[in-house]
Amino acid sequence: MEGQNMQTAMLRPPAGGAPGVDAPPAVALDDIAISFAIPGRPLFKAVAPTSLHVREGEFVSIVGPTGCGKSTLLNATAGLLRPAGGRVSIFGAPLAGLNAQAGYLFQQDALMPWKTALDNVAIALEIGGTRRADALAQAQDWLKKVGLARFGDRYPHQLSGGQRKRVGLAQVLVRGPKILLMDEPFGPLDAQTRQIMGTLLLNLWAQDRKAVLFVTHDLEEAIALSDRVVIMSAGPEARIIGDFPIDLARPRDTADIRLDPRFHELYRQIWNQLKAEVVKTYGEDTP
Amino acid sequence: MKIHPGKLLLLQILVAVVAIGFWQFGATVPVGGTYLLPEFFFSTPLDVMKRVVQLFVSGTIWKHLWITLTETVLAFVIGSAGGVAIGFWFARKPILAAVFDPYVKMVNALPRVVLAPIFMLWLGLGIWSKVALGVSLVFFIVFFNVYQGVKEVSPVVLANARMMGMSEHQLFRNVYWPSALSWMFSSLHTSVGFALVGAVVGEYLGASAGLGYLIHQAEGVFDVTGVFAGMFILAAFVLIIDWGVTRIENRLLVWRPQPAGEQA
Repeated sequence: MEGQNMQTAMLRPPAGGAPGVDAPPAVALDDIAISFAIPGRPLFKAVAPTSLHVREGEFVSIVGPTGCGKSTLLNATAGLLRPAGGRVSIFGAPLAGLNAQAGYLFQQDALMPWKTALDNVAIALEIGGTRRADALAQAQDWLKKVGLARFGDRYPHQLSGGQRKRVGLAQVLVRGPKILLMDEPFGPLDAQTRQIMGTLLLNLWAQDRKAVLFVTHDLEEAIALSDRVVIMSAGPEARIIGDFPIDLARPRDTADIRLDPRFHELYRQIWNQLKAEVVKTYGEDTP
Repeated sequence: MKIHPGKLLLLQILVAVVAIGFWQFGATVPVGGTYLLPEFFFSTPLDVMKRVVQLFVSGTIWKHLWITLTETVLAFVIGSAGGVAIGFWFARKPILAAVFDPYVKMVNALPRVVLAPIFMLWLGLGIWSKVALGVSLVFFIVFFNVYQGVKEVSPVVLANARMMGMSEHQLFRNVYWPSALSWMFSSLHTSVGFALVGAVVGEYLGASAGLGYLIHQAEGVFDVTGVFAGMFILAAFVLIIDWGVTRIENRLLVWRPQPAGEQA
């Protein structure tokens, strides 16, 4: 297990951030610290200074126990949350305000309930100035890609949880973001739907290979989808404690890949490290 | 607990028949020398019905209905517009809301009927004093609903819209506005009802036309039949307006999940 510690150390970019020969990473979080002010309590340090880089075209998952601050890292990348310290750079440029290059698929339902599925996707283009007719045509196209061609006129409450996620995915992807941020997007879904959604996501991703930062508490899901799995420790002052390249061949089917011996090997290796953190979280939660 | 619709209707009619039968009996058949419901105080169902028919046949009622309807619609439109505008403004400017909070509460705590004489003094006996009374009722209902609606927009929907790149103006059009409208429409029945209450109470207190005026005139000459006839017409009027509101609501809020068991 010493090798992993080495990897953790290597995560930190060289001091001074001298530009390398490579293109700048799609997402660079350097020494990001996140804390929350809770009235009447000392400052809650959710995430200790942490660094994470996501290269262009790379699919990276962040896995960690509940409440470890995985989502806050995502929000910092999206520009929804200002980190207490450190730098966020997107394609080499420091992030100011919201991250316009990123699409964000939220854990909870984020569709506008007063718009139909089609309108929910089309609005993402319309606000950018696309003509309504064009926006509708492209939206219909995307609904087809996520397998909902015939559901355009439904309102979100008339769709199942999985269907709403598909609409959400279409809504995010229709804008063609260069970076995809996903916060336990398939968390509320049942196991079968999750695998189907995972495969759908990989198929869509394979077409143009965006940089993906995918947050999940499900290690199997993370391994099945990713190029790299990053493990976070239990909060408070959570940090990245492991970084594992996933060398499974692509294209993958998220259901079949779980039967691969290499999958099990990776799973065992990562779980050994994660287990200690999970135990720690539960240990701290019980008074 | 399921009941056959035909049977339900039959039972509902039965209630009306029993109630009206009891009324007719109490008013016309003496029990031990005294009437249970003396005609002078209670009139009789037959007389009331005759009066209603007569009001419609002679055509005198239309003018009164028209006046009351006009007042109600004006009170609703003006009160809603004001409530939406101010509600929106306050929700987006928390400091403003905080400054005005005690005054809003104070005015809202005031029973609005006491404002009627003031409005009459200011605006005269015409329709506008009634409209003002209705507005003072409708405004606060809509205001509180819209205020709540804008403040309670789902933070996830909002964050999602922001990540899409919506400007403040686009957020207003696509997120805040529909959300506030849905809250406004959820109080549509109440606010339309209050607009009507404002109109009728205003007419009752001093007017030259309208259903409230009609009832007040009849009461002034101990014409109980006239009072009941006016009440009956008023009730039917409210039911028709309510039906219309329900139609509008169903049209505008198709996107909302139907609460279980509410669809009759």
